[in-house]
Amino acid sequence: MGNSPSLFWSTLRRDLILAFRHKGDMINPLVFFLIAISMIPLGIGAETALLMRIAPGIIWVMALLATLLSLDNLFRSDFDDGSLEQLLIAPYPLFFSVLAKVLVHWLATGLPLTLLAPLLGVMLSLPANAFVALCCSLLIGTAAMSLIGAVGAALTVGLRKGGLLISLIVMPLYVPILIFGANGVQAAAVGQDYTMQLAVLGAGLALALVLAPLAAAGALRVSVNG
Amino acid sequence: MWNIILSQLSALVELRDFACERDERILFSSLNAIFYAGQVVQILGANGSGKTTLLRVLAGVSPDYQGEILWQGQALATCAWEYTNASLYLGHLPGIKKSLTPLENLRWYAAIQGGVGDEVLLQALAEVKLAGYEDTLCYQLSAGQLRRVALARLVFSTAKLWILDEPFTALDKAGAMLLEARLAGHAAAGGLVLVTSHQDINVPDLLQLNLQDFALAHAKLHTAGYQETSAHG
Amino acid sequence: MNWQWFHRLGSPRWFYEKTEAWLPWLSLVTLILLLVGGIWGLGFAPTDARQGNSYRIIYIHVPASFLALAGYYIMAISGAIGLIWKMKLPFMVMKAAAPIGAALTFVALITGAIWGKPTWGTWWVWDARITSMLILFFLYLGVIALQQAFQNRDTADKASAILALVGTVNIPIIYKSVDWWFTLHQPATIKFIGKSTIHPSMLYPLFVMLIGFYCFYTLVLLLHTRVEILRRESRTQWVNDLAAGNKLTVSKEGGK
Repeated sequence: MGNSPSLFWSTLRRDLILAFRHKGDMINPLVFFLIAISMIPLGIGAETALLMRIAPGIIWVMALLATLLSLDNLFRSDFDDGSLEQLLIAPYPLFFSVLAKVLVHWLATGLPLTLLAPLLGVMLSLPANAFVALCCSLLIGTAAMSLIGAVGAALTVGLRKGGLLISLIVMPLYVPILIFGANGVQAAAVGQDYTMQLAVLGAGLALALVLAPLAAAGALRVSVNG
Repeated sequence: MWNIILSQLSALVELRDFACERDERILFSSLNAIFYAGQVVQILGANGSGKTTLLRVLAGVSPDYQGEILWQGQALATCAWEYTNASLYLGHLPGIKKSLTPLENLRWYAAIQGGVGDEVLLQALAEVKLAGYEDTLCYQLSAGQLRRVALARLVFSTAKLWILDEPFTALDKAGAMLLEARLAGHAAAGGLVLVTSHQDINVPDLLQLNLQDFALAHAKLHTAGYQETSAHG
Repeated sequence: MNWQWFHRLGSPRWFYEKTEAWLPWLSLVTLILLLVGGIWGLGFAPTDARQGNSYRIIYIHVPASFLALAGYYIMAISGAIGLIWKMKLPFMVMKAAAPIGAALTFVALITGAIWGKPTWGTWWVWDARITSMLILFFLYLGVIALQQAFQNRDTADKASAILALVGTVNIPIIYKSVDWWFTLHQPATIKFIGKSTIHPSMLYPLFVMLIGFYCFYTLVLLLHTRVEILRRESRTQWVNDLAAGNKLTVSKEGGK
C-alpha cells in the first residue's frame, strides 16, 4: 500500500504547483538579493578596483541572506493547515518527504539566485574569469544551504515568530559553505585553480544530503508534537 | 458464547494501563479499553480532558504516552508499519491546501495511500456533494466545503481504523447526515471509528468512552513512577 | 548486563541526593587547584622572552577555551542521551550546560582580546582560534535562544538537543574551514606566536589551572543542574518534603 516512490514525487509535484501559485514567495528573495547588492556600492563607494575585490564575498553573503529569508516558508504553511501531521503519519519515510520539500525550495530559491548572480557580478565588476566559478559554487552551495536551513525551519515551525530565530540558529552552521564558496570565486577571480573549493562544497552537499533531512525529520516530529 | 469469541478475534485496538500527560499534568491514566471491528466509538470529555491528545497518540502524531497500545493483539512496536497503513487520521485542521483545487489536494492524499486514480477521486468529490468544484481553488470554498474535501478521503480510504477529531465542525445538517451514514457504513463493513464530537452522533449502536472517568485517578505526579517509567523506556 | 545504575541515573531525585555529598569536596578541590594554579602561573612562572608578562593571561584563556569546546560536547551528548533514552535528567544537564558554556566562551573571547592588545597592538584580530571561538559562541547563543523560545518544556528540550547535535557535527568542519581560511588571509605580523616558545615550567601551572577549570566546570554544572531539578520537580512530593524539611529546620533554629 505505502508505495514508496509515489509520495516523494507527489509531494514534489504538489509543492512545485504551490510554488508557482505563490510567485511572490519565489520572487521576493531574488528582489532582496538585487536590492541588497545595489546598496553595497552606495554604501562603500563605486570604485571599480574595490568592488572587484569584494564582489565574490558580497555576492555570497547576500545569497546566504536571501536563502535565510526564504526558509521560514519551507514548512510553515504545511504546519498551519495540518498537512504536516499527515506527512508525519504517512506510511512513508519522512526523510524522503523532507527531501522532496527541500528540493522544491532549492528549485524555487537557490537555482534562481544562481541564475541571477552573474548579472550582479557584472554590476560589481566581477572579473570575467570568475563567472563560471560563481555559478558553480552557488549552485552547489545554495543546495547545501537549503538542506541545512531545513533543519532550522523544522525546529522553529511551531513558533509563531520563527523568522529571526531561524537566521540566528542557522547562520553559524553556514560558515564552512560561505568560506569555501566565496574563496572559490576569489581564487577564480585572480586566475587560480578553484576545483578544490568546489570539491569541498560538493563533499559538504553530500554530507548535508544524508544528515540534514534526518535531523529535519526528527525536528518536525518534535515541532508538530509541541 | 460464540459472540464473545468472535468479537475477541476481531479486537482491533487495545489500550492497556494507558496514560497521557501534557505539560506536567496527567490528563487520564489507568485507561484499559478494547475496541472491536464494527464499532463506532465516541470519545467524550470536557475541554482539556485529553480527547485530542488521545487521538493524536493513536494516530502516531504524538509519541507521549505511557502504557501499551496493541493492534490486532500485537504490540504496536512490532507492527507499526501495518498499523500506519491501516489507519486514517483527520485532525482539527483539515490538511487541505488553499491554493490547490480539491482534486489536487486529494491526489496528494491518494499518493499517501498508494495509487488511486483520478476517476475514483472525482467520484469521491461527488459523494461529498462537491461535484463541479474539482477545479476551483480551495480559497474560494467555505469552511464547510473545505471540511468536505477532507472528508472525501474517507470515501476512497482503505484504512480499517478511522481516527476523526471533530469531523462535524463546520458541516451543515446535510453534511453531518452524510458523514454519519459514512461512519455507520464503515462500521458495518468491519471497520472501527474513533471519533470526538461536541454534537450527538446519530449512528446505530454508538459506543461512548468518557475520558473523565479516568481523569482523577492519579491527579498528582507520582514520584515513584519515574524510576519505573524510565526503566521501561 | 545490569542497566539499573544507568536508569537510576535518569532519576532527578537520585541525582540530587547523590550529588549533595560531593559538593563540599568538589568545592574544596576546585578552590585549591585554582588558587595554586593561579598564584603559580601569575606569580612564579617565568616571564616569556618575547611577550613579557602579558602571556600570563593564557592561564585563564587556554582553560576557558578548552572548556568552552568541551562544554558544547557535554551539552550535546546530554541532549542525545535524553533524546535516545527518553530520560528527564540529561535534558536538565543540557539546559544547565548551555549558559555555562556560553559564559566560558565569552571569557575566552574577552581574554583573547585583552591578550591581543599588547601582542598584536589591537583588541581584535581575525585569528583562526579567536574566530572559531566566536562562531562557537554564536552556536551557544542559538541553542539558548531556541531553548527560550518554546513555551512547552519538552519541545524546548528536544528541539535544542537536536540543534546541539547538528552543531556537534558541524563544529569540526567549522574549525577546519576557519583554519584553512586563516592560512589564506594570515597577516605576516602575527606569525611569531609559535607553540615552540612555551617553556615546560610555564606548562605545569597551566595543567593545574586546566584541571582546576574542569573541576570548576563540573561544580557549576552540578549546581545549575540541581537548581533546574528543583525547578522542574517543584510539584513532586519529594521536593515538597525537602522544602518543608528546610522550613522545619529554619523555624527550629529561629526558635532557639
